[in-house]
Amino acid sequence: MLKIQNLSVYYGKRQVLHDIQLEVHSGEVVALIGPNGAGKSTLIRSISGVVPIRSGIIKVNDTDVTSLSSMQRAQQIAVVPQAVSMPPAFTVWETALLGRTPYLNFLGQTSSRDEAVARLALEQVDASHLVESRMDEISGGEQQRVLLARALAQDTPILLMDEPTTHLDLPHQIDLLKLIKKQAREKNLTVLVALHDLNLASLFADRIAIVENGLLCVAGSPQETLTSEILRSVYHMQVHVIAHPETGVPLIIPGVS
Amino acid sequence: MRRATYISSFVILFFALLLSIAIGSVFLSPAEIWNTLIGRGAEISASILWKIRLPRTVLVVLTGSALGISGASYQGLFRNPLADPYLIGVASGAGLGAVIALSIQWPYSFWGLLIVPLAAFMTALLTVSIVYAIARIGHTVPTTNLILAGVAVSSFATSLTSFLMLRSTDEMRRALGWLLGGSIQNGWTSILAILPFLCIGVGVLLMSGHALNLLQFGDDQAQQLGLNVTRTRTIILVAASLVTATAVSFSGIIGFVGLIVPHLMRMWVGADYRRLLPLSLISGASILLFADVISRVVLAPQEIPVGIVTALAGAPFFLWVLRRSKNQGYW
Repeated sequence: MLKIQNLSVYYGKRQVLHDIQLEVHSGEVVALIGPNGAGKSTLIRSISGVVPIRSGIIKVNDTDVTSLSSMQRAQQIAVVPQAVSMPPAFTVWETALLGRTPYLNFLGQTSSRDEAVARLALEQVDASHLVESRMDEISGGEQQRVLLARALAQDTPILLMDEPTTHLDLPHQIDLLKLIKKQAREKNLTVLVALHDLNLASLFADRIAIVENGLLCVAGSPQETLTSEILRSVYHMQVHVIAHPETGVPLIIPGVS
Repeated sequence: MRRATYISSFVILFFALLLSIAIGSVFLSPAEIWNTLIGRGAEISASILWKIRLPRTVLVVLTGSALGISGASYQGLFRNPLADPYLIGVASGAGLGAVIALSIQWPYSFWGLLIVPLAAFMTALLTVSIVYAIARIGHTVPTTNLILAGVAVSSFATSLTSFLMLRSTDEMRRALGWLLGGSIQNGWTSILAILPFLCIGVGVLLMSGHALNLLQFGDDQAQQLGLNVTRTRTIILVAASLVTATAVSFSGIIGFVGLIVPHLMRMWVGADYRRLLPLSLISGASILLFADVISRVVLAPQEIPVGIVTALAGAPFFLWVLRRSKNQGYW
């Protein structure tokens, strides 16, 4: 379980996150949505420890991680970044194995157990056949799956993702989110994923948290959060909300008038 | 596969060593070398071997391996395949420090000699910090920025060096030849003076392979995977600069070895720095040995500074890499 209390972050003198309160339970997928520059990425980065926080507490299963070393924190929290500017010369296998870093000494010597964990992670994302390929030889969707495998190999209770679907086409977006949800359920992972696409968030997230101007304005089920009133005030545009023909979750259509 | 790579790089090194010991104004055959090494050779051969050929060969080995491994480390640290101790100005910075130390006291004693690599280390560190601070965007250093900042800072350091030399005595001016990459010939003394620094620096770099692998994914990802990025970067930067500075102290500024060697190794074994660093160490020695042999024979009996040989081979290579990296981002 991930519990964020009174989290505030500053870039220089500018406050970019105000007093964020958020809880994500084990086995749950929470989508973080909001306009560009609202603070989604900053929230993900501050939880993972690459952006220093001004005040607040970040708890993973009752342990405050803000005082942990990078290595200890990486045993609790894994991050799936966007697959941009990957160093091309590494192979898929080398990349996935780097997920074991928090458990290795500074020389990075891996044991057969580390290799087994990485191999399993690659199997889970259906990338076992790619192990010998270099990262620049595979497609964007495959790269993103390998980065997910690397995060799974980190073997953490918490999984954070920063817009993992951005550079993927629709079928790959759906595949990746299905995979993430399956992993969350099977391994009882706590998943917080920043997403741009409101409909994908609605389809796959158990709950949705909306960030605007560094404030967490609302968190709840898709039905509670994706209403035309809330979305109009957050995105400053007219939207229509209809029900998904199969599942009934809200779908968002921009108004044209 | 992995073992075969190491074995073949050691075989190449062995031949380079043999060539370097054998070739000179007097040719020593492998049999003569062997006999002399085990104490059964002619007196004249023994004198040439122990007083001239071996000290020079060992100094070249140390310099070449230092340039190879520090080049690989800088490339990993800056995430840029064109980083090279020479191109980013560290070598010129180290040269300036060495000349300052030499102009204060031309070293006759062993302890006087120890000051030279230390001074070179200080100015090397200063230079690389300035270049990095100017050229960086976040923690990545774009090629154009890196080369421009390197050129500017290194010109500045070189001008200061020339100024110091012009003001100094005739004896000092001999150092000009040394700066171009002709090593100071004083037998085993300079080797003893650089060995401790080199061992420390190279030792640290050899342990940094895994950290450099992580840094290739960018600082955010490296930290999210558990690396203490700031501390690791500082340690590697200091170690690489120490290694460069010691190499420059007694062998002068030798360009492009730190660029060529890691590149060739990367084409051979891939991008894993845990293999790249030791192989750049070994092959840096081999390549500089070959260059040194060429510098001895091409205008024999006269010698040309080895820096000229490496630049003649290295500059076209640099242009090729530049063109290649323009098309592919970076390796």
